[in-house]
Amino acid sequence: MIDLTPRLQLTSISKRYASVLANQDVSLTVLPGEIHALLGENGAGKSTLVKIIYGSVKPDVGTVSFNGSAAHVRNPQEARALGISMVFQHFSLFETLSVAENVWLGLDKHLTLAEVTQRISAKASEYGLDIDPSRPVHTLSVGEMQRVEIIRALLTNPQLLILDEPTSVLTPQAVEKLFVVLKKLSSEGCSILYISHKLHEIRELCTACTVLRAGKVTGHCNPQNESNASLSRMMIGAEPPALEHRAAKVGDVVLGVHQLTLPRVDQFGMNLNAVSLNAKAGEVVGIAGVSGNGQRELMYALSGEDTRADAAMVTLFGKEVGHLGPAQRRSLGVQFVPEERLGRGAVPSMGLAHNLMLTRNDAISKMGWIRTKDLAKQADGIIARFKVKASGAQATAKSLSGGNLQKFIVGREIDAQPKLFIVSQPTWGVDVGAAAQIRAEILALRDAGCAVLVVSEELDELFEISDRLHVMAKGQLSPSLKRADATVSLVGEWMSGLWPTAEALNSVASEVAA
Amino acid sequence: MEAYALLIAATLNAGTVLAIAALGLLINEKAGVVNLGAEGMMLCAAIAGFATVVHTGNVWLGFLVGMGAGAFLAALFGGLVIWLGTNQYATGLALTLFGTGFSAFAGIKYVQEKLPEQTQYSIPFLGDIPLVGLALFRHHPMVYITIGLVFGLIWFLYRTRAGLVLRSVGESPESAHALGYPVRRIRLWAVMAGGALCGLSGAYLATIYTPLWVEGMVSGKGWIALALTTFATWRPARVLLGAYLFGGFTLLQLHLQSAGVEIPSQFLSMMPYIVTIVVLVLISRNPAFIRVNMPASLGKPFTT
Amino acid sequence: MMRLKLESRAQNSAFWSYGSPVLALLLTVVIGVLLFIALGKDPMRGLQMFFWEPIRSGYALGELMVKATPLLIIALGLAVCFRSNVWNIGAEGQFVIGALAAGGVALLATKETSRWIVLAILMAGMFGGMAWASITAFLRDKFNANEILVSLMLVYVADLLLGYMVYGPLKDSNGFNFPQSKTFEAVTSIPRLMQGSRMSIGLLIAMAGAAGLWIFLFRTRAGFAQQVGGLAPAAARYAGFSSRSALWVAMLCSGAAAGLAGALEVAGPIGQLTPYVPAGYGFAAIIVAFVGRLHPVGMIFSAVLMSMFYIGGELAQSRLGLPKSITGVFQGLLLFSLLACDTLLAYKLVIKSSPSKSAVGGAA
Repeated sequence: MIDLTPRLQLTSISKRYASVLANQDVSLTVLPGEIHALLGENGAGKSTLVKIIYGSVKPDVGTVSFNGSAAHVRNPQEARALGISMVFQHFSLFETLSVAENVWLGLDKHLTLAEVTQRISAKASEYGLDIDPSRPVHTLSVGEMQRVEIIRALLTNPQLLILDEPTSVLTPQAVEKLFVVLKKLSSEGCSILYISHKLHEIRELCTACTVLRAGKVTGHCNPQNESNASLSRMMIGAEPPALEHRAAKVGDVVLGVHQLTLPRVDQFGMNLNAVSLNAKAGEVVGIAGVSGNGQRELMYALSGEDTRADAAMVTLFGKEVGHLGPAQRRSLGVQFVPEERLGRGAVPSMGLAHNLMLTRNDAISKMGWIRTKDLAKQADGIIARFKVKASGAQATAKSLSGGNLQKFIVGREIDAQPKLFIVSQPTWGVDVGAAAQIRAEILALRDAGCAVLVVSEELDELFEISDRLHVMAKGQLSPSLKRADATVSLVGEWMSGLWPTAEALNSVASEVAA
Repeated sequence: MEAYALLIAATLNAGTVLAIAALGLLINEKAGVVNLGAEGMMLCAAIAGFATVVHTGNVWLGFLVGMGAGAFLAALFGGLVIWLGTNQYATGLALTLFGTGFSAFAGIKYVQEKLPEQTQYSIPFLGDIPLVGLALFRHHPMVYITIGLVFGLIWFLYRTRAGLVLRSVGESPESAHALGYPVRRIRLWAVMAGGALCGLSGAYLATIYTPLWVEGMVSGKGWIALALTTFATWRPARVLLGAYLFGGFTLLQLHLQSAGVEIPSQFLSMMPYIVTIVVLVLISRNPAFIRVNMPASLGKPFTT
Repeated sequence: MMRLKLESRAQNSAFWSYGSPVLALLLTVVIGVLLFIALGKDPMRGLQMFFWEPIRSGYALGELMVKATPLLIIALGLAVCFRSNVWNIGAEGQFVIGALAAGGVALLATKETSRWIVLAILMAGMFGGMAWASITAFLRDKFNANEILVSLMLVYVADLLLGYMVYGPLKDSNGFNFPQSKTFEAVTSIPRLMQGSRMSIGLLIAMAGAAGLWIFLFRTRAGFAQQVGGLAPAAARYAGFSSRSALWVAMLCSGAAAGLAGALEVAGPIGQLTPYVPAGYGFAAIIVAFVGRLHPVGMIFSAVLMSMFYIGGELAQSRLGLPKSITGVFQGLLLFSLLACDTLLAYKLVIKSSPSKSAVGGAA
């Protein structure tokens, strides 16, 4: 007899933060053994809802019941005691402690460290999750760190396991392995709440789905019976906007990277080893790869924030620029959008107009005098052209939503009419509408003859906008792959470093010479 | 020879003052909070302890009151920094400035006061050993308690779960919070423990080490204790060693002054401060070394 | 059950950015009144000493400005530092060395020396302060040494250095063996602004400095780059701003400012070198800087306020028999209150009734 008492039942949950209604009258039912998707774009309210289930946040209105009885979960420890376990998107790990110590901290007090270590090894082999309990966490790869989070959750013998965007740090092959683990869990009676915005994953894995948009539920369905288009309609209210693709008109080499080799800055970084690539005018070159494989170090070397490389390792229009700083590279026509917005791409407490001056000098006279009226006008122009939702040029950067701030930063750089545009994670955490707009702007730049380099964890995005692709793995860069030749499984293999070497040398040599 | 034994004895004594304060600061820094108010807390505790002994004659009560004063001021600091999220450096400075002024104000009446004669302690048998006994076994119990404190702290931090939790809060308060640990409360306890120990150090200074009260008598030891925790890369045993070394330096210059060395007294008095700078420079040269040992969230506010 | 809760604001409250210092002052006054009562003094008389006496006559206002001048000058330099995230706590030491250098030049004067020696004295003060500050800057630049601890240690060293000089090489041979230098010749004294008042050109320098700081911080690219380094170091690196030059600019500016203040004091009101030259202005200026929100206009007001505390403290001592150290208590209290009240900029205080707590629901 199938048990039909819902494992988890949320009824009319509402939660407000300052000026934002994060969740409005949300109801959700998860059955025992079900893999239930929580679908919504960035900013739809998924994280808040999940924090309420896990006890980190209290709802203003509404009830939560677990296995039929009302539950007031006051903190994560009570949630764990109930049988609710969570694997976070941003890991709750302590880097200088060992795997065993990290797991121990996530479990109840009455176990000793030795007992926990034993249980880790047992559980790991049961589910095929390979991990050494004595290693310090900072020596692990990002995928391995996630394994620690999962084992920590599994050791609490959960009845409901919540996973928040688990696949953004995994190669396609690792995603397959994860799905095997999750399906095994659900067959044993554990319910799974799977939060994601990736439609094809949800359709592959989940048997039930609740869709959130702008804090409200817009639909319940079974993803097995839906198409990407129908799910997308529930998620954003329309079909995903289509991008115009024109044929690439490729010109001369703008950026050249030649055997770039850099030792890492500290033990938490990654060495760069003989990275070589080029970007020509009028094309988009994408760099795929799971984060933590050297992309950040490569970006620092290209933007000029790291000038340790030999001068000849980075060239612009054939000129050696390895030792030039960011401001000097900008004067040569390079503009750069970093992956961190607040704190690096923009100063959080300063206004948008002031943040312009980080990379743009147009409103500053030769003697260094700031023409405040011109500056404000310039900011207003960018806000209007890129449809940034902000209260004005004086709005502080931190008062903007993630998507709008990204639109402003991207706009600031594109508005400079660069000859080389480098962007890292262009649409991370950005809502679908703004993401489409940003990608369209990138393509427009490329059509106007600019060379574009895009680093992104989202394979879909790279497939959509790149003309050529590289894959970054363990500090090394794969040879170039034409978009037409790239498939998900091939790129996935390359993400583990398994690209062919002999012929690669030949093709790289001919690319660089071109 | 006896002079050297006396020098060692005095070093242990002087080092004890620094060590107690530095160990207290180590505790709150392990939780991620830097309290620049050490000097102010030590001064207030010094006058509190001194006044207590003047009125009751009981030195141990003086220590207790000093600890209470330190813990109270630290709680004030903690309330501002942990719950209201004020800047840790500015608030710590405010505490020092306030503590300096308040202790001067409260101590006016006590400037000429003398404390009752102190008991001379000596460990039976061991204290009678010639030379060695003089150097090591005739100290005030607080010297031995301090050594015990070091071992206790090592055991607590590295062998108990509570210590692990404390270290994890210092490493990443966001992760600890996500796991359900009461980060703010843990930080407050750490800050108050640190304040209590700084208070103990101040009280010991004014009642045993140099039993008198003068405005500003801590003369920078609170700051040196702060520097000590950094040199010692946040490890209790190294803190003790460093404290003894510093105590030794301070005494060396007094020794040289009384031995009639031909250097003006002011330059000799500068030595502890200059040595602090030199050691700080030597330790800081390798940023990677510091990063590995430093609690990652030190000085950063926790805002969730 | 009712609870007080802090809720984050979307944007910093403009009202409270002016209101917070006022509220902090009010809180300090309230605690001050309680303190007076506890000490058995008439609180109204106490408030009168601190807030009415210092402003009630032209002469009193002049004295207020005399006290405020060094505080403001030092605070202007510190504002550059703190806005750049450089924590120069040792302004007191830079003040002392500036005074020492200035005094050294002043002692070279004879009755025949031209009035221009005043310029040399002021420059010596600035260079002395800059030199002392550059030790801290160098150690941080080259060796990554924490500037808070280094600059602080150097304060103690500076005081001892001054002590050595006045007990030794600079001691007045006709001074009955007191540790003090000869009184400076009249020709070296800082020019007064008007008859009957002790206000000097130092006040004009302070005002010019405030205007200059405003222009630097808000209208120049260099000032912008300086502040980005303090607010968001990663953004400064991204923009290509040199954090190295930000460090040196900050330390040299504040060293020069503190040294200049030292010169003005020693060649002005004091007129000779004594061990009592360090008056704690370097530390009080830290409070002036914060209470003034690190803004030139705000710091003018807070410098005046702190001077009122100083003068009030002196009056309370002479007329009410209270110890002078009460000034330090109030100054510390003011900074504490300000830090607490500043929370209201980013957070709203809300009264909430928490939901009743019922038993945790059942497990399987």
